[in-house]
Amino acid sequence: MARAASPARRAAFTALAWTLALLIFFPIAWTILTSFKTERDAIANPPVLVPLVGGADGRPPILAGEADDPAEDATGGPEAGARSPGGPFFRATLENYRVVQERSDYMRFLWNSVVIAGGSTLLGILVAVPAAWSMAFVPSRRTKDVLLWMLSTKMLPAVGVLYPIYLIATFRLPLGGGTFQLIDTKPFLVVILMLINLPIIVWMLYTYFREIPGEILEAARMDGASLRAEIVHVLTPMAVPGIASTVLLSFILAWNEAFWTLNLTAVDAAPLTAFIASYSSPEGLFFAKLSAASTMAIAPILVLGWFAQKQLVRGLTFGAVK
Amino acid sequence: MGRIELKGVRKAFGEVEVIPPLDLAIEDGEFCVFVGPSGCGKSTLLRLIAGLEDTSGGHIEIDGLDMTDTPPARRGLAMVFQSYALYPHMSVRKNIAFPMKMAGVDAAEQARRIEAAARALNLSDYLDRRPGQLSGGQRQRVAIGRAIVREPSAFLFDEPLSNLDAALRVGMRMEIGELHEQLSTTMIYVTHDQVEAMTMADRIVVLRAGRIEQVGTPLDLYRSPRNLFVAGFIGSPRMNFVEGEEAGRHGAHTIGIRPEHVRVGEGPWRGTVGVSEHLGSDTFLHVHGTGLAETITVRAGGEVPLRGGDPVSLAPEEGKLHRFGPDGLRL
Repeated sequence: MARAASPARRAAFTALAWTLALLIFFPIAWTILTSFKTERDAIANPPVLVPLVGGADGRPPILAGEADDPAEDATGGPEAGARSPGGPFFRATLENYRVVQERSDYMRFLWNSVVIAGGSTLLGILVAVPAAWSMAFVPSRRTKDVLLWMLSTKMLPAVGVLYPIYLIATFRLPLGGGTFQLIDTKPFLVVILMLINLPIIVWMLYTYFREIPGEILEAARMDGASLRAEIVHVLTPMAVPGIASTVLLSFILAWNEAFWTLNLTAVDAAPLTAFIASYSSPEGLFFAKLSAASTMAIAPILVLGWFAQKQLVRGLTFGAVK
Repeated sequence: MGRIELKGVRKAFGEVEVIPPLDLAIEDGEFCVFVGPSGCGKSTLLRLIAGLEDTSGGHIEIDGLDMTDTPPARRGLAMVFQSYALYPHMSVRKNIAFPMKMAGVDAAEQARRIEAAARALNLSDYLDRRPGQLSGGQRQRVAIGRAIVREPSAFLFDEPLSNLDAALRVGMRMEIGELHEQLSTTMIYVTHDQVEAMTMADRIVVLRAGRIEQVGTPLDLYRSPRNLFVAGFIGSPRMNFVEGEEAGRHGAHTIGIRPEHVRVGEGPWRGTVGVSEHLGSDTFLHVHGTGLAETITVRAGGEVPLRGGDPVSLAPEEGKLHRFGPDGLRL
């Protein structure tokens, strides 16, 4: 008998898969939901979960009568949006987004994130394609060791090298009349994040390149192609799906990287991670605003990921199924 | 021009010597076939000539120039691979144009040569397709087209037909033969199939374990194999070998007789038919119990009404016996 699961078993697995998927999605959903709450709703216990998009008076028609409670009006205070419709409902508001945008310049952080994630990805690919080419097509006896050694750098906690890197970052380089430091500059962060993600990029590309038959590259060599022509005209076009998913993953990893971006930036090079972190301040916790900032920070990458998911899944399972 | 000479060429992978020092000259315009069982080093030898593998010693000369350390792109050779090795992301036209693009041939000349190659290889209707949309035979033709347009001094074929089905293989065999007649360019062709070797070659190089066992025209090898290995490898079905008293009677350690040189009828060898294969044009009989060898294979012309279990007597054609000494060499 083939591996036909009984209906009950299938249902159980489906339920399990949904549970897991929802568990994984829960923090994101919670953050997005919270970003539309008032600060009071954000810390309400029990939590309010169902947003109501109000009519002209800001109230949902179905709850109009119930919400006309004079007592609640009296306690409404200055923060009018804080009035809760009651039950598991809350009234959605864009107030947090307005405040966040007013208080900090989102576009500047966004631009820094784009430059740092994009720059480190581009640089990483430029370094990793030739590296992966040589390991995949002209392996030596030590190739496996090199690959493993590269990966082993990812096993080290990042904080382990914080001090030396911080020293380099704060070293005063003589420049012109004065001095110059690498810390809080975008190029330095580009290089650091490139190095952080390089092992993964090389590994991924190596895996894709291994799938490309060596004879095709040999044919290119017989056809008179130089090494550069072989990589540009034959290898790269054939590896486009693999390279594309590597670029995506590298971009996402660099975008989300928080340890180095938080430790090595202050103002000038601060990306969206710093933007989020600035809302978790000693002055107090502003969950709703923090959530709004987080949502704004992850929105671009979520959109990118959504559009690229097919490519990404194909890329990540490349070679696993032929 | 395309005279290729190997002088003391050897190849070792680490400690393992796959090709001991070897000398061979392939004349200009010759169709030379390297044949041998798998793992005999014939493909490695071809790749050494191509430059895809580095030699561990010796020299490779092409038209008198030492090309031992020249990269493959600059040896002026073209290669057709077993897997076709087409560029899957390019159309047939671009595949064929690729070597010319690399060589910087101008566009008009490229178009002219593509046109000519496509006409010669029946590919004109497929120029805008991708390799993935072609059949095996068509792909192999594209690979050949890509080799032709380079106008190489020699073609190297690495088992080009072994991925094709039997009928197509016969057709392509003819086409490659015709191509050689048209271009009269040197061709080196690697195969493990002795029928391909026999039908196509001007000269066959039989290899075993990296060593040349014999070099000669197909009929040379058929008529006077230098040793037991070549005798057993060339010819289908395989030559029968008989040792012991019967061989001694002919003053040899081993005698060999090809299945087509054993007649059914009154003769000194008696046995029982085991398996009989009736092809219509021929009948192959596998005869047991002769006391000479485990099986004696006989090829009888036409339809012979013998079946398994029938007693049979056989007569070898005395003039067609091959005699070998105890060292396996021809006497």
